[in-house]
Amino acid sequence: MSMNNQGRPTGTGTSGFASTSGSALLPNEPLLFEIGDTEHSGVDLPDATITNTRLGGFERKTALDLAGLTEPEAMRHYVRLSRLNHSIDSGMYPLGSCTMKHNPRLNEKMARLPGFADIHPLQPASTVQGALKLMNELSHWLMTLTNTSAVALTPKAGAHGELLGMMAIKAAQDAAGQGHRRTVLVPESAHGTNPATAAFLGYSVKSIPARSDGTVDVQAVKDALSPDVAAIMLTNPNTCGLFEPQVIEIAKAVHAAGAFFYCDGANFNAIMGVVRPGDLGIDAMHINLHKTFSTPHGGGGPGAGPVVLSAALAPFAPVPFVRKGANGLELVEHEEDQALGRITAFQGQMGMYVRALTYMLSHGGDGLAQAAQDAVLNANYIKARLGQVFSVPFPDYPTMHEALFDDSFLAGTGVTTLDFAKALIDEGFHPMTMYFPLVVHGAMLIEPTESESKQTLDRFCDVMEELALDAKAGNAARFTAAPMKAPRRRLDETRAARSPIIKWERPAETLKAAE
Amino acid sequence: MRYLPHSEAERAEMLGVIGVPNIDALFSAVPALALKSFDLGLPAHSPEFLVEAHMRALAGQNHAGSDGPFFVGAGAYRHHVPATVDHLIQRSEWLTAYTPYQPEISQGTLQMLFEFQTQVAKLTGMDVANASLYDGSTGTAEAVLMARRLTKRNKIVLSGGLHPHYRDVVRAYLKDDADLVCLSASPEGQGDILDHIDDQTAAIVVQTPDFYGHLRNIKTAADAAHAKGALLIVVITEVVSLGLLEAPGALGADIVVAEGQSIGNALNFGGPYLGLLATRKEFIRQMPGRICGETVDAEGQRGFVLTLSTREQHIRREKATSNICTNSGLCALAFSIHMALLGEAGFTRLARLNHANACKLADALEAVPGVEVLNKTFFNEMTIRTPQPAAALIERLAKRGILGGVPVSRLEPKDHSVGNLIVLAATELTTDEDIAALTSALAEELA
Repeated sequence: MSMNNQGRPTGTGTSGFASTSGSALLPNEPLLFEIGDTEHSGVDLPDATITNTRLGGFERKTALDLAGLTEPEAMRHYVRLSRLNHSIDSGMYPLGSCTMKHNPRLNEKMARLPGFADIHPLQPASTVQGALKLMNELSHWLMTLTNTSAVALTPKAGAHGELLGMMAIKAAQDAAGQGHRRTVLVPESAHGTNPATAAFLGYSVKSIPARSDGTVDVQAVKDALSPDVAAIMLTNPNTCGLFEPQVIEIAKAVHAAGAFFYCDGANFNAIMGVVRPGDLGIDAMHINLHKTFSTPHGGGGPGAGPVVLSAALAPFAPVPFVRKGANGLELVEHEEDQALGRITAFQGQMGMYVRALTYMLSHGGDGLAQAAQDAVLNANYIKARLGQVFSVPFPDYPTMHEALFDDSFLAGTGVTTLDFAKALIDEGFHPMTMYFPLVVHGAMLIEPTESESKQTLDRFCDVMEELALDAKAGNAARFTAAPMKAPRRRLDETRAARSPIIKWERPAETLKAAE
Repeated sequence: MRYLPHSEAERAEMLGVIGVPNIDALFSAVPALALKSFDLGLPAHSPEFLVEAHMRALAGQNHAGSDGPFFVGAGAYRHHVPATVDHLIQRSEWLTAYTPYQPEISQGTLQMLFEFQTQVAKLTGMDVANASLYDGSTGTAEAVLMARRLTKRNKIVLSGGLHPHYRDVVRAYLKDDADLVCLSASPEGQGDILDHIDDQTAAIVVQTPDFYGHLRNIKTAADAAHAKGALLIVVITEVVSLGLLEAPGALGADIVVAEGQSIGNALNFGGPYLGLLATRKEFIRQMPGRICGETVDAEGQRGFVLTLSTREQHIRREKATSNICTNSGLCALAFSIHMALLGEAGFTRLARLNHANACKLADALEAVPGVEVLNKTFFNEMTIRTPQPAAALIERLAKRGILGGVPVSRLEPKDHSVGNLIVLAATELTTDEDIAALTSALAEELA
């Protein structure tokens, strides 16, 4: 034990209490409504005099009761709250299927240029030629990387892109007199958004079982195809992290049956610049700009989900889109014939287009391919380093950008996948994706992305290995009690769902006192 | 490449650990004919300063709102966003976090969402709100679907004052699947929606202030809808109006959808924006999108989690209430911070300032020979009729450096009766000089 110059003991072992190191900087932060009130404000605005209002008697009579904070108070409230979050910038975020890669700040700077941030979606086209050029450039990159004929930029996120892609398929089939096709094939391992999207459009969903090696069997697809099938929704690379080896045969079988191939592009990061989905026979695929092209996830959005389309579907793209006109570029906002119409107000997620194009230009075609290869290298490195201790459900193929383990290595330990993941929090890492895909028992899906250095990967693998050995050694309590060092212990989700409290109510005693 | 940490030596070392000779071996499942069988022909990687120069050149070809007098509204509004907001949302812990699926290390985002939901519920006068949707237009479509689930009825009636883009989005979402009645455009604020409600009607959709700026009578619409067992969906594209106008919840609305862009979020040429959705407590399990709820942790401390996820796609798959996953988290944060900075006092002053400037604008436009202001009521937006086709007039104003509003024909190209109409908005940023510049330019163009 060392002594400091006040003669007091310092260093480890000075206290009998469990370590809560760091928590002095993470105080509990009250709710906005507990610290603010309706008088305080952090914005100086003049009090306007209106002699002749035009509110027609619809003036507000009920109180707003919105709490306000002055600027220093607001700054502190949101800075303190922010410190309760894990983030990519503070540590590895190996969420499988989510592609939590580095978010370059150049993207943010560019998106804030007044020429992009301070332009209105309904300004005359003559005043936004640069914005339309940007949309064209982004389209060019997306079509080139996928070898497709068209791209619909407007979808607001991946699931919105899925919706648009399936709408385009429906519109194409209606136009061809094939509107009777009412079934969509979805492999068991698919993201939940796939069956949700198909059902949203009134299709019935037919599940395709996975083969024991984690891939989709072309024969199973052929068996499921019928004149009633509109499309297959297939993720490639799939959610087990595997490239579908028979994808071309699947596409051919689907097309031969008069159906379309919707590809969920959530995992495009594994193959960008290396494989063009158009060469595999896809008809539509959404690309999550917030995954593959580094626009920030922002705690749950905003995203952007442009959809690339094959020549067969290109005529069914929604409005608006950019076209060359007599006076430069123009925005086509209405179309008479077959188009499916409009799926959002205005032009979609321009702020995300700027960030994604900035990222593409920074990387170049060569850098994007290198990024995909590094993402795949990193996932295989994790799989190789952990494969001896963890159980690998699908050892036959190299993995792509994510490493999948099941929970058989935890058998008999009393530790679940959830417990294991929560213990990872105490070691400074965000948990991996858990219990997804559904086809693997107790799945742990790890996607390191290309952003992680070998040093970080080694530290992650060391921690994972140490945790696995500790679980096997019978130290279940470390896992079942985890996390112990996070701002909160495990939260009671059942209670939250049973009697939902989803907004703040003034406590009863304050109400009484106010009377 | 500055974003990629590995050296060539490290890559080789890692391939050695994996036990493969080269990177191509890891792509062995890819059919040979599809693997790098192409030359992309894309430019190579580029230093930061060159990328920046390229993007600045593109940005420079756009006329920004700050470049001159600006009166464009029609569903997106140019307001001042305090510097604090943009600084805070760029903090790593907000910007680069994922959806808060691991609540123990996401309490910042979760508490913010709980505060956001409370703010939205208070603003709209509704019991509950969700944690955001993509934007107002898709939110309106989601609300329509929600109303159909709740009432098990199929007919939807859209007011002629609903933003035309919102109408088109509802139409695309419902395509040949529902009995959709879209009433024709009502630039004078006229409305016959009450005549279309019957006992098959799931919901009527009324926007206020409407697309043309008129304030609509929500109480009357609510009573008429409820008399037939239908729901009233109120749509608001200018959320600042709620600082002066009665909350729809207090007037009988069943679902309120709003575009939240005006608070905390820039124009961004149309996105990302922020969909607000609020409703009655008893409808909570049919609400689309994520919801944050309060609970306690293992030590009894208050904490927050995403809840009621049995409505959502990742649990319910094809039985989910919506397929939405990623929504508008960071835009919700910007909204929530801006709203906290305003507070009731600031928000009310902001709304008054908007209305005051709009009153000045209306009075000034009324004085321009040939211009007729169609609104008796408005908040910060109004419609004028001019003696000339509006689209060409707006183009000529733009050549003078004035963005003079939105020609209605741009959104309603088939309706020839609206060809001479312009929708204009004023906000707290509109100055007396801006108004003078617009009206004198208009007077010259129309002379």
